Amino acid sequence: MAVILECRDLTKYFRVGRNKQGPVYLRAVDGVSFEVQEGETLGLVGESGSGKSTLAYTIVGMYRPTGGHILFRGQDIGMEADRRSMALKKEIQIVFQDPGSSLNPRRTIGQILGLPLVLHRGLRGAAQEEAAIELLRKVELPPEYLLKSPSSIGGGEKQMVAIARALASEPSMVVLDEPTSALDVSVQAKIINKLIALQREMNLTYLFITHDLSVIRNVATRIAIMYLGRLCELAQAAEFFEQPEHPYTRMLISSVPVISDEEERLKPKKVESRGEIPSPVNIPSGCSFHPRCPERASVCSKVNPEMVLVRPGHYVRCHQFTSCWSDTKKVGEIG
Amino acid sequence: MPEEILLDIKGLNVWYRVYGGYLKVVHNLSLQVYRGERVGLVGEAGCGKTTTMKAILRILPESVAHIPRGEIIFRGRDVLKMNRAELQKLRSRGIAMIFQDPTSALNPVFTVGEQLEDVIRFALPPEERQKKRIHDIAVQALKEVYLPDQERILQSYPVQLSGGMRQRICISMAITTPRELLIADEPGTSLDVTIQDQILRLLRELVEKHGTSIILITHSLGVARQMTDRIYVMYAGSIVEAAPSATLFKEPLHPYTVGLLASVPKISGGGIAEGIPGRIPNYLNPPNGCRFQPRCSLSDDRCLSQSPPILDVGGGHYVACFRYER
Repeated sequence: MAVILECRDLTKYFRVGRNKQGPVYLRAVDGVSFEVQEGETLGLVGESGSGKSTLAYTIVGMYRPTGGHILFRGQDIGMEADRRSMALKKEIQIVFQDPGSSLNPRRTIGQILGLPLVLHRGLRGAAQEEAAIELLRKVELPPEYLLKSPSSIGGGEKQMVAIARALASEPSMVVLDEPTSALDVSVQAKIINKLIALQREMNLTYLFITHDLSVIRNVATRIAIMYLGRLCELAQAAEFFEQPEHPYTRMLISSVPVISDEEERLKPKKVESRGEIPSPVNIPSGCSFHPRCPERASVCSKVNPEMVLVRPGHYVRCHQFTSCWSDTKKVGEIG
Repeated sequence: MPEEILLDIKGLNVWYRVYGGYLKVVHNLSLQVYRGERVGLVGEAGCGKTTTMKAILRILPESVAHIPRGEIIFRGRDVLKMNRAELQKLRSRGIAMIFQDPTSALNPVFTVGEQLEDVIRFALPPEERQKKRIHDIAVQALKEVYLPDQERILQSYPVQLSGGMRQRICISMAITTPRELLIADEPGTSLDVTIQDQILRLLRELVEKHGTSIILITHSLGVARQMTDRIYVMYAGSIVEAAPSATLFKEPLHPYTVGLLASVPKISGGGIAEGIPGRIPNYLNPPNGCRFQPRCSLSDDRCLSQSPPILDVGGGHYVACFRYER
């Protein structure tokens, strides 16, 4: 499988003020590297403040990266959207979390779908209407919806329109930023199944961003977990849940409320969640997770661990898997 | 199961007056909470869970909310017939409520201490309202919810604290004085999953320690399973099913409950079922018969015209569906 998108050491800082030492930065994305394979769904999971949305917005060109590279099919796209070519913008589209605010309330759905059809495919008049009806059919909405306004339809239907709009340019990659978080579970189920079907039908690649682990388990090929702007662990979806290695991953999985004993058995031995995610303006030294980590050692507050390959396709950024760990233990034994 | 009924809601209806008629939201809802019991009220957005709970405390906006029928009996007294003084007592000592969004539940222009001490002052009899005593109770209350550095927190404004800390403060307000019933409206929903886990653990511990009854309102079946003894499933203003928690997850009966359970993504994988087609009915003109009928694949003519009765299927399991008539 070919790599469609690659992030290399990507960083995005925001300047939030200054103090005596100089400007103060919020390090939203702080050295993230990963690859997305053509046709897969890469799940990006994190709590609020982990930088997952900033990462998504940087990829679609809403922000210019502070450092590092974003490569789309080998081409560097580390610039804002207004400097990207139309051919490139056509390829990467995004669906936002809240369809209530991402659709213009003063436009009809026909107009909302019409804009990308004109810009990217040059369709006008009857051809545009036909294409818009085809898009609605793809998301199982009737053609009458062309004349409706977003405010007159339900939340799930709005999100379906937002998905149709993202597909209007016939992209190869779609970034889904919490596409079902604002919806009820019965509606969420429908949207997710539709997204999976559309992916097969149109050969799409998804970067699926969410805070919901049970959702991501059912859509993603691979899952990456993010904490304070850095990746902690990356693995195939099944392995991620069956053999989580990073203490943070284990804490997250054991915090998920589940509905059956079967799932309860799948959870790692109860890792009690403690502490809260610190501010990205003031990232803890060393491994940024160490203040909340139940397994921390002395090295963790000093050295930032590197991403390590622990099994084929399974990466973890934790000192337990680096050489530092055995050294620390020895120190402990002597002390 | 403890036998004394603490709260007994009988045939409650709540309507909202809007342009063009009434939104008939809550429809013939009955619900019981026994002393010391943990009850879950589960339903999706717009099903009337919060309206029902606000009716119990009489904090619905009186200009538009109208209760045409029903009784809410709390410790033998009908809340709907209480006067101002009795309501004040109910709210300060009988029932406490924790809201979903701790940010809007706290007043941004007062410090945490001012707000928490206010709650304590009103719950104490007038002769015990000394400053020092109130302050001590406030510090103790923050200790109980595991907030460190209590003096600093009491002097902080809500914006200076994180979402998880604010929710702990709301909980401390609710449990600071002995209450018999705690209503928690989606207490972890606006928080991250690790913080939600901490808040739920804290709530469970406090409820057990004080022997308080709790009604946990949630849209998450997983949260309800982990926190409650008995669950009511609500759809479009009515209870469609009620059962002990373990039974409900093993043997859901109502088509809505079955569909809802199937829609929940599982961490064991295997994909997600198709969800439930359609959406919640328009409350201006709700269906005449079963309110779930338009979305139900198993409905027949009777469901169109008659409201299904609540049927006792044994073992404390109740379901409002004609399919289970014998």
